Order: sequence, then structure tokens, then C-alpha cells
Amino acid sequence: MTFLNKSRFHHPQLAPNALGLTRRDYEGAISTLCAGCGHDSISAAIIQACFELDLPPHRIAKLSGIGCSSKTPTYFLGAAHGFNSVHGRMPSVLTGANLANRDLVYLGVSGDGDSASIGLGQFAHSIRRGVNMTYIVENNGVYGLTKGQFSATSDKGSKAKKGTINTDEPIDMVAMALQLGATFVGRSFSGDKAQLVPLIKAALRHPGAAFIDCISPCVAFNNHEGSTKSFDFVRAHNEAVNRLDVILGRDHIEAEYEPGTAIEVTQHDGTVLRLRKLAEEHDPTDRVSAMNHLQERKAAGEIVTGLIFVDPEPEELHDHLGTIAGPLNALGDADLCPGAAALEKVNAALR
Amino acid sequence: MKVTQAKSPEHFHKVVDCQYACPAHTPVPEYIRLIAAGRYTDAYMVNWWSNVFPGILGRTCDRPCEPACRRGRVEEEPVAICRLKRVAADNKDDVTGRMPRPAAQPNGKRIACIGAGPASLTVARDLAPLGYEVTVFDGDSKAGGFIRTQIPRFRLPEEVIDEEVGYVLNLGVRARLGERVDSLKAVLADGYDAVFVGTGAPRGRDLDIPGRKEAAQSIHIGIDWLNSVSFGHIKSVGRRVVVLGGGNTAMDCCRSARRLGGQDVTVVVRSGFEEMKASPWEKEDAMHEGIPILNYLVPKEFTHANGRLTGVLFEKVAAQRDADGRRQLLPTGEPDLHIPCDDVLVAIGQENAFPWIERDIGLEFDRWGLPKLDPKTHQSTIPNVFFGGDAAFGPKNIIWAVAHGHEAAVSIDLFCRGEDIANRPPPETSLTSQKMGIHEWSYDNDVSIDLRFKVPMREAEIALKDIRTEVELGFSRELAFKEAERCLNCDVQTVFSPKLCIECDACMDICPTDCISFVDDGEESELRTRLRAPANNASQDLYVGLGLKTGRAMVKDEDVCLHCGLCAERCPTGAWDMQKFLLETAKPKAQSCGRAAAPRMPAPVAAPER
Ligand SMILES: Cc1cc2nc3c(=O)[nH]c(=O)nc-3n(C[C@H](O)[C@H](O)[C@H](O)COP(=O)(O)OP(=O)(O)OC[C@H]3O[C@@H](n4cnc5c(N)ncnc54)[C@H](O)[C@@H]3O)c2cc1C
Ligand SMILES: Cc1ncc(C[n+]2csc(CCOP(=O)(O)OP(=O)(O)O)c2C)c(N)n1
Ligand code: SF4
Ligand code: SF4
Ligand code: SF4
Ligand SMILES: [Mg+2]
Repeated sequence: MTFLNKSRFHHPQLAPNALGLTRRDYEGAISTLCAGCGHDSISAAIIQACFELDLPPHRIAKLSGIGCSSKTPTYFLGAAHGFNSVHGRMPSVLTGANLANRDLVYLGVSGDGDSASIGLGQFAHSIRRGVNMTYIVENNGVYGLTKGQFSATSDKGSKAKKGTINTDEPIDMVAMALQLGATFVGRSFSGDKAQLVPLIKAALRHPGAAFIDCISPCVAFNNHEGSTKSFDFVRAHNEAVNRLDVILGRDHIEAEYEPGTAIEVTQHDGTVLRLRKLAEEHDPTDRVSAMNHLQERKAAGEIVTGLIFVDPEPEELHDHLGTIAGPLNALGDADLCPGAAALEKVNAALR
Repeated sequence: MKVTQAKSPEHFHKVVDCQYACPAHTPVPEYIRLIAAGRYTDAYMVNWWSNVFPGILGRTCDRPCEPACRRGRVEEEPVAICRLKRVAADNKDDVTGRMPRPAAQPNGKRIACIGAGPASLTVARDLAPLGYEVTVFDGDSKAGGFIRTQIPRFRLPEEVIDEEVGYVLNLGVRARLGERVDSLKAVLADGYDAVFVGTGAPRGRDLDIPGRKEAAQSIHIGIDWLNSVSFGHIKSVGRRVVVLGGGNTAMDCCRSARRLGGQDVTVVVRSGFEEMKASPWEKEDAMHEGIPILNYLVPKEFTHANGRLTGVLFEKVAAQRDADGRRQLLPTGEPDLHIPCDDVLVAIGQENAFPWIERDIGLEFDRWGLPKLDPKTHQSTIPNVFFGGDAAFGPKNIIWAVAHGHEAAVSIDLFCRGEDIANRPPPETSLTSQKMGIHEWSYDNDVSIDLRFKVPMREAEIALKDIRTEVELGFSRELAFKEAERCLNCDVQTVFSPKLCIECDACMDICPTDCISFVDDGEESELRTRLRAPANNASQDLYVGLGLKTGRAMVKDEDVCLHCGLCAERCPTGAWDMQKFLLETAKPKAQSCGRAAAPRMPAPVAAPER
């Protein structure tokens, strides 16, 4: 952590985006996390992604639970709406907010403790309901905030800082999200912004439940020899399935690729996800193929990263509920109290 | 790209923009921190060792450091480096005890310095304490050269000159003032081991146009006139004065004329306002005193009647490009402009002149009348004769004269010891970590966002009454502290150890000015385009660390680094450290008997309480 504020001075050539904002305008307060924390890198990637997407910060809602990871929304998008909920309860607060105002962009930020331990149920239901959100788990394999206990994503056999070996099976949140019907599933690494930033951009543009498991080394409690969530271990075992370019509708360029080396997925809003394939047998638009690939490579000791699955035609909670196109919180008195005749009609239907 | 070697001082020297730009390489940020800490005497001594005349330069320096200052690239204006120097001089305690003592024993070598300007005095300052017997000759009755005879008193009070010239003469230097040297041959025949020529560029250029002879009474060469004003021989001037020329001499002439009775003083310049040689602040000061500056007017004739000057006739010109694309001043064809006046001051340039140097003693001159010199050693074609200051390469300024003096002193010392003068001693450097605690540094790393503070001035009405009244009041201690806090501490370097780096990106993410990138290595020109922010300022170096685990390169563009230390605070492994780089140019050293007692660099400065 640092006591000084980051200077207002910026690079003289710092470029603005289409909204006239610079990347610095997407920052938040100075981080109080440990120096070198992976979570801070993820915050920087979120800042970069929102800047590049020209998102107006005040049209974003950032929600979190409890943990070092859940503290980070303070450190990015200072002008966005924010909600620090109770431990593990981010998904239900986000779901509620999304139902009330579907016009905002929802960004849920959580930790492996927050989402895989106390909040596992909340996580599962928000995914299976298809809430339109970007759900990022900053996964360090420990409870960082409470000083480094193993979390539920900690690999069996991984070693704690003081030497204890973890004996429990890990929860693979990517596998769970696939199984629960998430329409966008990715995994990345805080130390690889070239991969992470496009992934976050694509997720923010995805009109459905988008889940990203981002491995994020805890420099204070889980970055030693024997840990499977350290910088060195992740770098040594990282196997990216693809490289992603997010091409916004306005600047789509036709690029030539060898047949079978790249696929393009066009989302509803015209955004094109161009995936340059790195793993031959993996098809990111086929859920079963994605699940198989994930399990196979995991068995081989690899950490699969990249855009693992995307459904080009996703559905989301509002579609299922048949809600109106506008935000519910914008309904006026006349809409909410349609009068005695309308009530009579409803009652009649229930008789 | 090649890895930046922490051991080679060149990279870090260049990062300290101000010090690098200063001809004498004054450790600017070091003295600015000392001022912020209220340690004015230490700040003065840091200056004194480097530039010999802190009180004088703090009022008059041409300040090449300021356009170079990094602050000017991150906000509007550079740090007021020059005027902070004056704060050290104004607020210091008695420094006589901190001065080197005259040599206890002579070393048997005799040196003659001809001219007692800043160049010669610097040679004397560097050599006398080592036991050299230094004799300084000057035709004027007091030492100081143009500092005393040209720079008007309202910019530089005489006490300041007396004090700082005094510190040099008190080192056991023999001053033979009022003695003009008429023959270099004769000086050489006197058996001096080495001779330093610091006679300046004493001849003012004249303007030979019709009417010059007839109106001679009222037409004065600027530097001769300023000299007479300085010695009190001239006490008044006509009511209407025209000053010809656009350099600093013209500015001193017009402002002096305003103080000697000139009410209607006009500066007339051939070229445009922007191209004028005078420093921007000198022009501003002149205009502030109600002196109009007229541009694009070429003097054609001095008009006169009955043997008296009546005015100056000017042709109007405009800047145009000729066929070869060169800029030229061409007549516009508009009617000429006549400016009536009582006196004209001609300040259109200065020339070197060496009538006292015989042309048959082996000293060669080039076709511009300047001595043929080795540009580094300042040695002439007579091996034991050295030149410096305005006499060496044409008119410059005080700080260059000082820098030349130091180089010549090194040469003379090597020469007298029979060593190769081309073999220059390297500067003394050190690099020291400033870490005091996890997030604590021995300098104030919080970057001030204040804009440049203005130096308080005396009201024009009072200032114009007496030519000896100093116009600038200088910064108060409070203002000086705030201005000093604007300094970015560019000498506190970001030093990178690739072996420690775990590539967590924390430094890159926190850097307010996007200096740091982790990228694939490449050729410099191409690498510059691939960084987090384009490194377009090619005059600023890249700092490169290789040997990272992923094989990438850490590339830092030094251009707009705020030296805020956040990269080092954010680094979990200490791969970045903030280290103070001190550099002192080589000066002649006492060989056996131990050098001057005073320590050169004062004890470290702690960050002021916030
Ligand atoms: C009007 C004016 C204003 C200036 N203002 C500034 C300013 O604000 N800041 C700045 O940095 N620079 C200024 N300068 C320039 C600066 O004064 C000179 O660059 C500097 O003084 C040069 O130093 P020097 O040691 O080479 O010689 P000088 O200072 O010129 O000294 C040479 C000395 O040698 C003596 N001398 C010459 N010939 C002989 C001889 N044969 N025998 C004995 N003695 C001899 C002269 O009497 C003189 O005292 C100004 C110059 C002028 C003309
Ligand atoms: C209801 C409740 N139970 C327990 C805690 C204590 N607690 C705080 S943070 C945390 C774990 C956080 O782990 P994770 O989500 O992985 O975040 P990290 O700090 O590792 O980023 C726990 C158990 C709490 N704050 N509230
Ligand atoms: S900011 Fe300070 S150290 Fe940096 S160039 Fe300017 S005066 Fe020198
Ligand atoms: S000191 Fe470090 S963080 Fe601060 S501006 Fe320089 S490189 Fe960036
Ligand atoms: S903060 Fe330190 S360890 Fe992290 S990338 Fe920068 S230098 Fe390397
Ligand atoms: Mg955790």
C-alpha cells in the first residue's frame, strides 16, 4: 500500500477515447492492497478495458463482496456506481440491481473465498439464471484478507506459506460455470494483460452471464515454491487455448487466416470476437467440446486459459422473465398503479 | 537494446536535466532540497563549489537549466532554478569558515590570469588553494569583469559582486588591478608556468550609416556607455532615447536609460520579436517599465541638424523566404519611419579583439579572429597559454565563463604536473539508496502541483528613481519553500534490478506518467513506438533492463518521470529503488598535502515535515 496519492500529472500524449476521457479518468482511489498484488493488475486491466470500450463510467455498476479482491472496486472507476455487499452476497445484490435497472453495465468482482466458499450458492444461482453481467473472480487460492488460509479453489497438494499441504479437492469455477450454463466463460492470469484486457472487453460486451476466473497471485501469502497459484507456477503451466481480438463494429477489418486457425463470433451488438486458435481440438462455441478440453488438459497438469466458451446467441434473465425493455426503476406512477380496472382484470385471471 | 548500465554515470547524469544543461553541472536538485529544508548555507556551498558566484548567478544567470527542466514537460513552466539560487545566497549564514583556506605552502608554480572576469576568477579559485601562485591582471580598478562593468546595478547590487569576488581574492590570489596587459610576449617572458587569457569580448559593434560622424556626440556604443554608467562617469541621458539592437545588452541599455532621465525610451530591432536574442524575461522586464519594443525596422540614417542628432530614420522590412527557402528581411516598400530622439545607444553586438597579443609569437587565430583552441582542454597553439570565457569562443555568459574556467584549471594543473592534458579526470559520482522505511524516503516524493511562483518586484515607480535600486526583491523563505517543492528531484533515480523482478506489473500500473513498459526487446527506434506511451522525445534516453524470466525487456522512458517513487513503493520485491545520483565535475586536486578542508556535499537532506 502507498500513502501518497498518484499525481494528477499525466503523460502529455495521453490519448482520449471517443468520450473525450483518458485512461486516467477511469482510475479510482489509490490501492491499499499489498504492493505487487495480482488484484491491482486486474483493476488496471478493467480500467484499460472500460477506457477502450468508451464506456461512460457513470453507466457502470461495480459490485463486490468481502475480501482483498472485493475491496478493489474502490481502486477503479471512481465515477461508477458501487456496492460492497456482505461476504459472498454480491451475486444476489447484483441480480436485484440488474432487475431494477437493466440499463447499467454490471460488473461483479469477487474472490475465490467470496465465491467458492461462503458464496458458492449465490455464484451458482446467478449463473444459472443468466444474469447479464461480467462476473470476475480474482482467484489467488487463499483468503488473502484474513491472512492466507487455503480457499476452496486451492489445488490439492498445494503448499501454504508455513508449509501445510492442502488435502481437499479444489473447486474449478470454470468447470462449474460451464456446467451451470454460463454463456461466456474465460480464464486468465493477472500477469498477462495482453490476454486479460480483451477478455474483459468481450465479457462486458456479452449480453448474458459472462464469467472470468482470473488467477491472481497473492504476493503476501501464496507466491512461494510449492504453491500452484504463484507467478512462476502459473507462467510455467499456462496453456492458452486462443488469442482474442475484440473488434468493435465500427472498426471491423477482414483479416486473412489459414483455414481453421481462427474463428469469428459476432455478438448481438455487432462486436466481433476473433479467436486465433492455439489448441487444435478446442471449439469455443461448443459447450461439450469446451468441457472436454478443459478436463483433458487439467488432467495433463495444464492451466487452460483464454476464451473457453462463448454462446453467440445467449439468453438472459430479463428474456426469461419477459420484463419490459426499459429499466423498472424508470416506471412512473401511472405504470405502477394502473387503476382499479387493471386490478380487476388481474384478479379475474386468478379466479 | 543495450542494457542500461547502472555503473555508467552518463545515463543518470542525463536524467538530471537541469544539472546536465548547466555548463558547470551544478547539482541543482540537491541545492533545491537544501533550500526546502531551510539549510541555506549548505545550499550556498553546493553552488559555490560548482559555479563560484551563486549570489551573482542567482540574479543574472542565463539559466540554460530552466528550458531543460523536466517540470516544463509535465506542466506549464520549469522550476525557478535560478532565483532559488539567490535565496540560498540571501539567507545563508557567514560562510567564510566554510571556504577553502589559502595554501599553507606554495607549490612553486606561477600562473598569470589576464582579465579579472568570471573565467579568470574561476581559474584562480580552483588553483590558488592548491598552492599555485596565481596573479590576476585587469585594466579596470576593480575585479569582476563585465559582471561589474556591464550588468547594471538595478539587476545586481555591487555588494554582491564585492562579496563573491572577495571570496576568490581571499584565497591568496594576487590581484594586479588597474594594470592593462599590453603584450602577451612580455607576460610569457616573465616566466609564468602557464597563462590563462580571460579578457572577454570587449569591443562593441558600431553602426556605420549616414549621419554617424555628424551626430557622434549623441551616439554611444552600448557596452562603452554601460561601462561609463557603471563607473559613474555618465549620470544622465537625454529625454528621448532610441536603443538599437535586440539582445540583452539592448535591454540593459534601455532600462538604464529609463533610470537616468530617459522618459521616452524605445527599443528598435531589425528582426521580429520572437527572434530577438534577449531572454524572454529581459524583454518582459523592459516592457514592464514602459519601454516599447518596435520590430522589423532597419536603421537607415541618423538625422541631424546643426551638428546635433535629431533622430533615426528606419526602413520597414518583413521576413520573407527567398528562392532557397532562407528567411530574409526584405523592404516592404512602405514609407520610412522617423523616430526623433536626443540620444542613441547602439547595442548590436560584441566582438573579440586581441590587439595586445603579438601575431609572431606562435599564437594562431582563426579567420574570425578567435584563437585556435582545443575545445576540451582550452589549450592554444602555445602549449602553456589557455583561453576561457568570452575570449575563447566568442561572447556567451557568466556560467559558461565559469565552466571554461574549471576546464582550463584542470588543464593547467595537469600541464604543470607534466601530465597529458587530453587525459581528463572523470567526474566524481555516487548513487545512494534513499529508502528510509517501507514507504519512506529521505526526500519529499509527493509531487507538488503548484504553478511557478513569481519573484516579487519593487514597484516600478520606486525602482525607476535610482539606478542602484535593485528591482527584484527575491523570494521570501515561504515562497522559496513552495517553489522548491515544485522540483521533481530528478537526481533521485529509479534504479532497476531485473534479477529481483517477478513481472507483476505493479510498477507499470501505478506510474502516473506511463513511463514503464514490459515489452519484447527490439531496436531502439522501433521500441520507442511500442511502449505504453509513445517515447517521442528522442533527446531523452530509454532505461532498459534485460534478463527477466519471461524474456521480455523492462523499458522505462525517462522523459516525463516525476521521480515520485510510486514504482518503488509498489514493487513487492524491491526491484525498483530510488537512489540519489550526485555528480561533481572534476576539479584540480591537491596532490599530496590534502585538499581544502570544507566537505563538498553536505549531509543528506531529510524530507520536510508534511
Ligand atoms: C550589457 C551586458 C549584460 C550582460 N548581462 C549578463 C547577464 O545578465 N548574465 C550573464 O550570464 N551574462 C551577461 N553578460 C555576459 C557576461 O558578462 C560575459 O559573458 C562574462 O562576463 C564573460 O566573462 P569573462 O571572464 O570571459 O570576461 P569579462 O567578464 O568580459 O572580463 C574580461 C576582463 O578582462 C579585462 N581585460 C580585457 N583585456 C585586458 C588586457 N589586455 N589586460 C588586462 N585586462 C584586460 C577587462 O577589463 C575585463 O574586466 C552581459 C554582457 C553585457 C555586455
Ligand atoms: C460472513 C463473514 N464470514 C467471514 C468473514 C471473514 N472473511 C473476510 S474476507 C474472507 C475471505 C476472503 O477471501 P477471498 O474472497 O478469496 O478474497 P481475497 O482476500 O483472497 O482476495 C473471510 C473469510 C467475513 N468478513 N464475513
Ligand atoms: S524538476 Fe528539479 S531536478 Fe528536475 S530538471 Fe527541474 S529543477 Fe532539475
Ligand atoms: S518514479 Fe516511478 S512511478 Fe513515479 S513517475 Fe517515475 S517511473 Fe513513474
Ligand atoms: S513492481 Fe517490481 S516486481 Fe513488479 S513488475 Fe515492477 S519491478 Fe517487477
Ligand atoms: Mg482469495
